[in-house]
Amino acid sequence: MCGIAGIFLKDKALEPKLGRLLAGMLGTLCDRGPDSAGFAVYGSGMPGLMKLTLRLPAKFDLNALLPALSTAAGASMSPVMHDSHAVIGVPRDREPAVRAEIAHHPAVSIVSSGRRMEVFKEVGRPDKVAARFNLQDMAGTHAIGHTRMATESAVTTNGAHPFTTGPDQCLVHNGSLSNHNALRRDLRREGLTFATDNDSEVAAGFLTWKMREGASLEQAMDASLAALDGFYTFVIGTESGFGVLRDPIACKPAVMAETGDWVAFGTEYRALADLPGVERAEVWEPEPARVYFWQH
Amino acid sequence: MPTVDLAQTPVRELNAGLHRLTPETNETHWRVLNPRGRHAIAAGIDAPILIEVEGHVGYYCAGMNKQATVIVRCNAGQGVAENMMSGEVRIAGDASQAAGATGCGGLLVIDGNASARCGISMKGIDIVVKGSVGHLSAFMAQAGNLVVLGDAGEALGDSIYEAHLYVRGNVKSLGADCVEKPLEEHHKSDLRRLLEAAGVALDPASFRRYGSARRLYNFHIDNVGSY
Amino acid sequence: MNVPQDRWLHTPPRKSAAFDDYAIAEIRRAAATGIYDIRGAGTKRKLPHFDDLLFLGASVSRYPLEGYREKCATDVTIGTRFAHKPLKLKIPITIAGMSFGALSAPAKEALGRGATLVGTSTTTGDGGMTAEEREHSRILVYQLLPSRYGMNPDDLRKADAIEVVVGQGAKPGGGGMLLGQKITERVAAMRVLPQGIDQRSACRHPDWTGPDDLEIKIEELREITDWEKPVLVKIGASRPYYDTALAIKAGADAIVLDGMQGGTAATQDVFIEHVGIPTLCAIPPAVEALQELGMHRKVQLIVSGGIRSGADVAKCLALGADAVSIGTAALIALGDNDPHLEEEYRALGTTAGAYDDWHEGRDPAGITTQDPVLAARLDPVLAARKLANYLSVMTLETQTIARACGKSHIHNLEPEDLVALTVEAAAMARVPLAGTDWIPGRAAAPGTHKE
Repeated sequence: MCGIAGIFLKDKALEPKLGRLLAGMLGTLCDRGPDSAGFAVYGSGMPGLMKLTLRLPAKFDLNALLPALSTAAGASMSPVMHDSHAVIGVPRDREPAVRAEIAHHPAVSIVSSGRRMEVFKEVGRPDKVAARFNLQDMAGTHAIGHTRMATESAVTTNGAHPFTTGPDQCLVHNGSLSNHNALRRDLRREGLTFATDNDSEVAAGFLTWKMREGASLEQAMDASLAALDGFYTFVIGTESGFGVLRDPIACKPAVMAETGDWVAFGTEYRALADLPGVERAEVWEPEPARVYFWQH
Repeated sequence: MPTVDLAQTPVRELNAGLHRLTPETNETHWRVLNPRGRHAIAAGIDAPILIEVEGHVGYYCAGMNKQATVIVRCNAGQGVAENMMSGEVRIAGDASQAAGATGCGGLLVIDGNASARCGISMKGIDIVVKGSVGHLSAFMAQAGNLVVLGDAGEALGDSIYEAHLYVRGNVKSLGADCVEKPLEEHHKSDLRRLLEAAGVALDPASFRRYGSARRLYNFHIDNVGSY
Repeated sequence: MNVPQDRWLHTPPRKSAAFDDYAIAEIRRAAATGIYDIRGAGTKRKLPHFDDLLFLGASVSRYPLEGYREKCATDVTIGTRFAHKPLKLKIPITIAGMSFGALSAPAKEALGRGATLVGTSTTTGDGGMTAEEREHSRILVYQLLPSRYGMNPDDLRKADAIEVVVGQGAKPGGGGMLLGQKITERVAAMRVLPQGIDQRSACRHPDWTGPDDLEIKIEELREITDWEKPVLVKIGASRPYYDTALAIKAGADAIVLDGMQGGTAATQDVFIEHVGIPTLCAIPPAVEALQELGMHRKVQLIVSGGIRSGADVAKCLALGADAVSIGTAALIALGDNDPHLEEEYRALGTTAGAYDDWHEGRDPAGITTQDPVLAARLDPVLAARKLANYLSVMTLETQTIARACGKSHIHNLEPEDLVALTVEAAAMARVPLAGTDWIPGRAAAPGTHKE
């Protein structure tokens, strides 16, 4: 039902090429996920500011909204445009006010927030989606991407991965959970909100909730092994790191490769075949029910 | 010697060309370049030829192979040599999940590691893995031999029927109805033959044999914990 | 004052609806044997089914076609999407997958002969292709099941089409089952199993899980067979909207959708009765998925599970299917549950029409048995004739109904030709309750005076 690609750079010299590397990986995974695509890029932060990535409906005039947003933010705002998405920087203490202002415009959705993370997603073939957002020109330390073949929920932009339910946190998923509806109800009672009926969004919410309650990402991933039922390969991004987890049965495919310069994940080896130095990489398949994590 | 560059030629054309070969063909040695993880390379061959693939292959390489010898000089994706009937498949690197799945005959040699479910549902194939195998290997294995020089992951031979398993390294855990069994002389000579075919010089006595306890062959409610 | 006892009627003994005779007997059986009840056939419960739908025949606003002279074509082509050699069937009824092992060799031969007489296909089952079936069946569909018993590339190439079995209606999520008494020498050899053991079933395919990997598997099957043969995907009715969409995305040429009335050779009774959904309610969501993806009539939909007559065939086609498949009905046509064998059914503890312990392999009709003496009772040539007769009758019935609705091709039957007798059937089939324009759960039916 999906393809996942992820890359975590160890060599800073590769950071300008991050987007190009991820775009290549996503391109090979179009066949197994033709419906929609999304990706999260962890680039440079805006000092003192939280980045909000907004998705705007077609023909939306963001300029008309800017004065109100700037007032809420207490500072003039200059959004960076990427096709249908816009990234704005907001002082951390002003984020609630800015969100409240945006809520007056229900057609505008907040795709992600984070000091470094920007998330982009759209319906359409993944290679075209990546091109729309100019992924190949983006830079950063790590990135995760996803190509989707929708299983039980609709093909919509909101239904595309990555799902983020917390700042700088995102998750992509290949597989199919079987107890997500019950878990979603529990998490709603804990105060989390969900935009879709998608099982992957529940997984993202579970990790966010666990970390909100004090768990580290590794502990949260460990806890998910017992809490989540079904088949899954997760690739998870945080501000400083990158995690991989497969369910105990581990039927869905997963390949990793590592060199001195990078660590990468692909649903099929094909996605890794063009990475620089892959001929010398250590290539392995993650074991079931084991948390893998890399951090800067 | 026909050489097919998959950067120029679709896999479909390669396979169609291989399928058109007659038993008397003199095109018996093929090279395939730039596979780059593509799927179903050399699937469905039925001819006594040699195919050398220079690079990584995707899923189902040499699927349902008959008679051919297929050598992959790198890693293989999911289901390599699935349902092989005869012939040989040799992987110089690692193999992904379900290597040799439901294979009925022939020999599959993996120089590196095989991943989960190696030899799942095997029906007569011989598999030799010089590295280790992942969890649930030889799941529901009906017939044939699985030889592992390295370690085996969780639940080796779960629900096994009559296949023979030989492991030299450590077995993390055994699956339902799979038990260690004595290594008799005729097992050792089977093992010697398989190791030789794989190009490995090791003493068969350094392996341990595993197989079916045959307690699950007919349903009994007291075995409910195993189901 | 107390009325004397002989002056008032005793309250008649009252049985429980929940703990009825069947429930009580089953609890007692489970307590005695320590094993779940295993049987063949499909669900026996009364469920919304095709009998709850009626056709709106021609009247003043619509005109019927004359029989015979005014044609009503019945041909259907399966596999037009990718295959070089799609299946051309003369009638829209195929024989569903049933294994040699579950059925006797003469039964498989009879099915092949009978289908060939009327120009349609048969399907192998869990256990592989027998030479008899390939010889006698002019159009043969070869199943790829989780077990891969008997799977081999030679038979794959000999087949006319390939059917990837994800599941079946009797047990969506379950695998095949064949108990020791039917694992004879020949069956064991075909399946590479020891004789006489209980075959344990795999419920997932060994080398792929999920529609993304199914796409790659289908690609492999096409590569092995040089893209000649249609690849069908068989699904047990459960989440038909999503499953149909995913099968299309995975590259299927045709989809076989089997509802819970569909039979099995053997599985747990609780599985048959409580998992999966009725055929009637599975069809509209599947057709909706096909239409949304622009694939209706391009990826063919074959429906099975409780098809009994030409009326059922016509209703499936009207709801949007391209063809139907029969299993249980075909066996009955061959002679299964024949009242002439009543004495023997009584000896087995059952009666004609109720016999479903097919897993025991003691079928007096010689159909669901491996016992050579019993199997010899089935004359494959005579049985084939009976099957051909039955298939011809169903086809004529379908044509009769189609002509009455003014259709020159059975594929021109449409949902608007139907109404329902119950609220459930109306909601499930998405057609109005008869005499009204109400489809429960939806706005007024399109084309009604209220639209």
